[in-house]
Amino acid sequence: MLGISPSMALRFEVLARHNRARASRLTLPHYEALTPLFMPVGTQGTIKGLTNDQLEDLDCQIILGNTYHLALRPGADLLDTIGGLHKFMNWPRALLTDSGGFQMVSLLHLADITEEGVTFQSPVDGKPMLLTPEDSIQIQNKIGADIIMALDDVVKTTTTGPRVEEAMYRTLRWIDRCIAAHSRPHEQNLFGIVQGGLDPQLRDICLEGLVARNLPGYAIGGLAGGEGKDAFWRVVAQCTAGLPEDKPRYVMGIGFPLDIVVCTALGADMYDCVYPTRTARFGSALVSEGVLRLTHAAMATDYRPLDSSCTCMVCKRYTRAYLHTLVTKEAMGSQLVSYHNISHMMQLSRNLHSSILEGRFPE
Amino acid sequence: MEFVVRTWSAGARLGSMQLAAGVQMETPTLLLLTRKGLPAFIPPDLLQNLHPDARACQVSPLHFLDSPSASIVETAGGLHKFVSMTGFGMVALARDSLMDESNGEASSKLGAAFETTSGRRVVGPAKYMEIVNACKPDLWVSLPDEVPTWAAEKRNRLSVDRTLQWLDHCLSLQPAERGNRCLGVVVGSASLDERIRSAEQTATRNVVGFSLGGFGLGEDASQRALQMDAVIAKLPKEKLRHTSGLGLPEEVLQAVEAGVDVFDSIYPFMLTKGGYAMTFPLNMENSPGNLDTQPSASELAYIGSDSAKMNLRSVAYRLDKSPLVVGCKCYTCQRHTRAYIHHLINTHEMLSQTLLEIHNTYHYLEFFKAIRDAIKADKFLAFRNWFTSTRKETRVHSPASKSPTLVLH
Repeated sequence: MLGISPSMALRFEVLARHNRARASRLTLPHYEALTPLFMPVGTQGTIKGLTNDQLEDLDCQIILGNTYHLALRPGADLLDTIGGLHKFMNWPRALLTDSGGFQMVSLLHLADITEEGVTFQSPVDGKPMLLTPEDSIQIQNKIGADIIMALDDVVKTTTTGPRVEEAMYRTLRWIDRCIAAHSRPHEQNLFGIVQGGLDPQLRDICLEGLVARNLPGYAIGGLAGGEGKDAFWRVVAQCTAGLPEDKPRYVMGIGFPLDIVVCTALGADMYDCVYPTRTARFGSALVSEGVLRLTHAAMATDYRPLDSSCTCMVCKRYTRAYLHTLVTKEAMGSQLVSYHNISHMMQLSRNLHSSILEGRFPE
Repeated sequence: MEFVVRTWSAGARLGSMQLAAGVQMETPTLLLLTRKGLPAFIPPDLLQNLHPDARACQVSPLHFLDSPSASIVETAGGLHKFVSMTGFGMVALARDSLMDESNGEASSKLGAAFETTSGRRVVGPAKYMEIVNACKPDLWVSLPDEVPTWAAEKRNRLSVDRTLQWLDHCLSLQPAERGNRCLGVVVGSASLDERIRSAEQTATRNVVGFSLGGFGLGEDASQRALQMDAVIAKLPKEKLRHTSGLGLPEEVLQAVEAGVDVFDSIYPFMLTKGGYAMTFPLNMENSPGNLDTQPSASELAYIGSDSAKMNLRSVAYRLDKSPLVVGCKCYTCQRHTRAYIHHLINTHEMLSQTLLEIHNTYHYLEFFKAIRDAIKADKFLAFRNWFTSTRKETRVHSPASKSPTLVLH
């Protein structure tokens, strides 16, 4: 099914289904991606320690950049002058940027949300600053990613009370401001983000409002922040049920393999998380049996590869014993385990896509 | 190991060295720096195609005292297998000049004392050979008792005696089935007599080559030249000569002229850690054109660069879309800009170090290639003179009586 409207720069084709799960082709300006898809996070225009060639070898298709960090360094205007983040990084495939709002609220001292936008103290000189929906979109227009995210009013799922409702309605008001500010709708796809906390009624209202705006794609936000698993699945299920079939669905901040499998079963297509690369730097490898703590003393004499079913460069060459000596001590340890962990996530993506395509999901 | 000298130009010689099956290299050449058997920032998939001459590494047994230990490497089947460097030459030597330097102060008859990241470690020949034998390198340098040029006469004499004793002890622990893979270390510090004594004695041992020790420990360059010449005069011409601890291109040129064949150096790594790209000109023929398009020496100095290195931390490179070195064919220069690498350094991203180490190693290997090309054309002295003349402008801080030494912050 093709969904094309004037404010889109993508094509989304569902190639096969299994119950609610879909295997699809997402054609973006810079790349044709296959979903379900994990997107590694390259916060500052790089995925820690890995080169573009390695990322391509690993089959990475879309990479995330964090607008907040990039706006600080190297700066939105510099990226604009250079010709965009793709050119700056020399990344030939697709990019996605977040709105910058989440980082601000979570990273910054005295960040606060008003109707205007997110107010915060500049990390550079402490002066009061404001990030409006217009600012966020303008910065993202300069960065030039294939997919850009609307600035939303995101609250923790553990929050209760009227704040949740306020945030949901504000998100809807802000999406209109984002749409109006977006100057490159034929090159960049603006995704709306469904909010509403754990409240089904609020989620419904938000879904309806965003769907009515006919955006190129949608994200399910405000999850992965401390809610219980049952609540998490329930909200994802409700959102995927309420989102159009012919548009991509992105669950933000999801990186545990199990969560990705379940969300895929519920009808989601795209995922991002710092977890695989972050946990690598602390010496943990993602393997088929779970998580392997390479710092553990027993690893010193374990001459097996990280994962016997993994065919990545690291598993072909190295043992747990050697990696044990490197992790947390040598930069090379970070690089090698990050490499494997991303391989693991991309293999998971491929398995999900092909198993749905071949009618053998879930396995 | 096979080594054959093919031709000469002045004192410099061109050789052919076969370290292992499939590892054939022309000399003079460079052994890449490693930590626990791998380069600091270049994983094997990027190392494979780094440069045609990136075929051999140095490895320090001191990295295998704790994690991993010798027995773990042995169980894994040796170093090449353990660190997945089959197809590369690995040369074990006690000095990596980075973390584990020994200047002989705390050494004793028990062993050489090294200041490592896990404190002072005293390593004697038995322990050293335990690690060497577990690793099974293609070549190994014997354990020396190195002292700097200002060591007292008595201490210096002791270091020569001890180095010979330790060489004999190490040789006795070399398993016969592996054949002879030892480079004997010649020491002697500032005393020409002791240097000659060490060289003559070491030459009588059953070694496949020699390592000129005790250099790069702060000695004056002119002293070094005298000592090297004195040593090399006493060594059999057909055997391999190696040295550690030199880095600046002038130091390499001086040692090549003295007749050294193989080097290991922390120079590319130190530049990388400091956020510098190696940029000194390599090509005699093209250089006038190159130099014309470069900023002046004072412009470079203002941003912390000079004609040998580019300070990528400088905001001068913020918008610079050129590669690190225009015309460089390394992985980094073919794909990335100064602006991007400046950003990576600015944001403390690991990728900056990978990309810089790749370029710096490549550039340094190209330097060694230029040296070999000059020897082949019998133009080594002309090359050396041209190179040192391009550097005269940048010797901002050195007084007339001293030569530049390696100073990096």
